[in-house]
Amino acid sequence: MTTSVSLEARDVHLAFGPNRVLRGVDLTVRRGATACVIGPSGSGKSTLLRTLNRLIEPDRGDVLLDGRSVLGDDPDALRQRIGMVFQQFNLFPHMTVLRNVTLALRRLRKLGEDEADALARAQLELVGLAGKANSRPAQLSGGQQQRVAIARALALKPEVMLFDEATSALDPELVKGVLAVMADLSAAGMTMVVVTHEMGFARRVADTVAFMDRGVVLEAGPPEAIFERAEHPRLRRFLAQVL
Amino acid sequence: MDPLSTLWETFFDVDAMREALPEMLTVGLPNTLILAVSAALLGSVLGLLLAVAGISRSRWLRWPARVYTDVFRGLPAAATILLIGVGLAPLGMQVWGPDPYPLGILALSLIAAAYIGEIFRSGIQSVEAAQLEGARALGFSWSDAMRLVIIPQGVRRVLPAWVNQLIALIKDSSLVYFLGLVASQRELFRIGQDYAATTGNESALLLAGLFYLALTVPLTHVVNWIDGRLRHGRPATAPADEDEDDTDPALAGAPEGDRR
Repeated sequence: MTTSVSLEARDVHLAFGPNRVLRGVDLTVRRGATACVIGPSGSGKSTLLRTLNRLIEPDRGDVLLDGRSVLGDDPDALRQRIGMVFQQFNLFPHMTVLRNVTLALRRLRKLGEDEADALARAQLELVGLAGKANSRPAQLSGGQQQRVAIARALALKPEVMLFDEATSALDPELVKGVLAVMADLSAAGMTMVVVTHEMGFARRVADTVAFMDRGVVLEAGPPEAIFERAEHPRLRRFLAQVL
Repeated sequence: MDPLSTLWETFFDVDAMREALPEMLTVGLPNTLILAVSAALLGSVLGLLLAVAGISRSRWLRWPARVYTDVFRGLPAAATILLIGVGLAPLGMQVWGPDPYPLGILALSLIAAAYIGEIFRSGIQSVEAAQLEGARALGFSWSDAMRLVIIPQGVRRVLPAWVNQLIALIKDSSLVYFLGLVASQRELFRIGQDYAATTGNESALLLAGLFYLALTVPLTHVVNWIDGRLRHGRPATAPADEDEDDTDPALAGAPEGDRR
């Protein structure tokens, strides 16, 4: 995947009323690299992801793709460049799996039906669900639904992928299949920001691990440094609890 | 004659019914259907616009929708029909002549829209915010996300309530008789009433009632059927993945956002 770009968040601030959720987040992801964001719940991880594709506009700070600020861009156009996968999949239940994948191809990319269908089926094939094209999301397991959601995002050929606790809502036996798809994507050179509680995945797949707490990145570095030579006491305490 | 048979003759005089039947079938039923179906279509379109205006982020859309709904839900249907049908008649006279149907349909639609708007609004608002987020994350604008993802789901959820409103509309269509109908414009109720008035026998009106029931009772069962389908999903059939046909029989005829 040669279309990936680098991503950088600079001093991102965001408050919901008096609640300061992000208090100056810095995050750098090289082109084709995978950054895992870990941290306790309520630390602002999911909110950070939403500021990166401007589902939520940051109050202050900057978001850069390929070194260029995207805060002045048309947000809808920006989001077509950034794929996002959610904890609850957010598939459209009133459409078949195939329509879920083709909807944006047809409406936003203006592809014809045949072309969109072919592209969508190829994408479903990649996540191992070619046979489910005509099923409804509700007929699939959580793991399958999440793989459809990944296919839906990838069909638009994004330059960056964001994963918001993509496996947190899954039964334990279904987690592996989704993580495998994500690891393949990472290996293929997609730039990824992965908010996750799967420490094994972060250790194995991430190029960078960022530990967030109370709205800031307290410590970031390669997985070995974070998991074996953690400096900050709060990170050590967190790791002691989750590992 | 004893009182009981008098009563029977008053309501169940078969000859009186037989006399009224042809006109009810050829004039009354078509006219009732024209009124109800036209008002249902127009009322649903207006209702959808009201629903979307009602959840708009702009108060300049929200407030008018709110006021409209309060007014047309709050007035007696008979008053609204008279106000519009008689009040706008001089204007209508210049545009399409003395036919009371356009204004009657307009009045019925405006009333139905107030109720249907509330039904659609509640359905649309019941769709999880995550659906909107999912669509926005793909790059859809707010209006595209509403049109393609949120509204189709929201409308489906309230189809039973919507059908109930169609039933009310069929019954309310009888009120256009206030506007003065020539013989060929009379709908079921008016024909029944006319026969009842000339013969002093209520059987024709009872027959009109049976026509209304024949229209509305099946619809109430449609409501129950849709409700059951939405609650329990489609009955299990062949595995859906082998099924190349992706039309959904449970929702055939439902407003579609995903197939065009």
